[in-house]
Amino acid sequence: MREKAWTEIPIGGAIEEAGNAETYETGSWRTYRPIWNEETCIHCLRCWVACPDSSILVAEAKMTGIDYEHCKGCGICAFECPVDPKSIEMKLETDVDKS
Amino acid sequence: MGRRLILTGNDAAAEAMRQIDPDVVAAFPITPQTELMHKFAEHVADGDVKAEFVLVESEHSAMSATVGAAAAGARAMTATSANGLALMWEIVYIAASYRLPIVMPVVNRALSGPINIHCDHSDTMGCRDTGWIQLYSENAQEVYDNVIQAVRIAETPDVLLPVMVTFDGFILSHTAEVLDGLEDNVVKKWVGEYKPKYSLLDTDQPMTFGPLDLQDYYFEHKRQQVEAMRNARAAVKEVGKLFDELSGRSYDMLEAYRLDDAELVIMALGSTAGTTKVVIDELRAEGTAAGLLKIRCFRPFPELEIAESLKNAKAVAVLDRSVSFGAPGGPVHKEIRAALFGSSGVGLVNYIYGLGGRDVSMDHIRSVFKDLETIAVKGTPTDNIRFLGLRE
Ligand code: SF4
Ligand code: SF4
Repeated sequence: MREKAWTEIPIGGAIEEAGNAETYETGSWRTYRPIWNEETCIHCLRCWVACPDSSILVAEAKMTGIDYEHCKGCGICAFECPVDPKSIEMKLETDVDKS
Repeated sequence: MGRRLILTGNDAAAEAMRQIDPDVVAAFPITPQTELMHKFAEHVADGDVKAEFVLVESEHSAMSATVGAAAAGARAMTATSANGLALMWEIVYIAASYRLPIVMPVVNRALSGPINIHCDHSDTMGCRDTGWIQLYSENAQEVYDNVIQAVRIAETPDVLLPVMVTFDGFILSHTAEVLDGLEDNVVKKWVGEYKPKYSLLDTDQPMTFGPLDLQDYYFEHKRQQVEAMRNARAAVKEVGKLFDELSGRSYDMLEAYRLDDAELVIMALGSTAGTTKVVIDELRAEGTAAGLLKIRCFRPFPELEIAESLKNAKAVAVLDRSVSFGAPGGPVHKEIRAALFGSSGVGLVNYIYGLGGRDVSMDHIRSVFKDLETIAVKGTPTDNIRFLGLRE
């Protein structure tokens, strides 16, 4: 996206459009990555309720994955996950095999 | 017709605020501002105003609540002094950066320490780079007039910046003067209904205030603030003219007093300008070509007008009621020196005076004019940063 000149943007840093955080990708800030294990997930959606970045993906009342473009790796989802062993595990980004 | 009033500076500010009747006022008491808000609180208690009056637990919260209210689309005001202003600091910058047209009377008082409650300009001069417009008042009449004008200046569409209306603690805040007030309905009509550019409470245009602003856009937003400050020059002048039509009292960024043929000129702001006028009248009667160039609007700074106004002066003394430690002179002097850069032939000298409420008498002002007689002949002295009224 072309970055705009000072004459082209709203004053005061105001954002005039609702919900456009979706287009601002913040996932690169992450140190730890939540890794979801579908096998043990009971779809209680506590992670979805607790995630401060709306990064738990849900379809038809079931957890379907994690939005790594916006997840900042805070670990709240893993902390809140009630199953044992946990269905979400935090791993250092550098230790994750992304291939 | 107007109303003749006897008011202290604090009461004059509170009277203007009563007539403006902002949507929200948030405040925390600090000497010498306290009586201003006492008075306004009385108006709230008596039902004279509709304003939502928010009593907060600190000045940081006072400015935060004011910013919150302004972002919500309210016409919002607060007031403070010295250490209270210092505690607001972080949010003072934010108010200007978010382009919220807040109006804040600041009753000038020395910053601690050692602790002192009396007048100097260290508090508001410390705020000169916060992005606020600053109007300095010479007397209670100007306090009243400036507070009313500040609303329209701040809310000018191509400005949208907060305004500080300053006046000297105790000297103006606690002494009664006779002044002309406008009728309530006249003020109400003149300031008009506030139509905010953005409102957090506007559900038809949902928007965000204060998001993260990093390397990509922060610089552009600062550039917009620079432009708004430039636009404020025209707004201060235009609103001053309109206020003249309303009240018969004209206002500009500067005020010249017996300046046209003046060779020896004092530049001052605040109540000392009044003292200087009296001395000038005496000196004129004695045949000395003395004059005053008063700065009413320090931000934005009227450098071109100053250079033009001083073109016939032979010697100029700048009176600074605050110190800029380690700098070449007080804050006002430095800017005037910059404004006069390139204009040769005028001797320039700086006097730091009146810190912590140290009295400045007519004799002090006379002694400055006396010094200027020499400087007019010999040019800028090597000891060009001097202290007036200090025990050496
Ligand atoms: S790590 Fe934090 S941001 Fe990422 S999905 Fe979990 S709760 Fe959301
Ligand atoms: S909290 Fe754990 S079990 Fe519940 S939906 Fe999220 S991942 Fe599945």
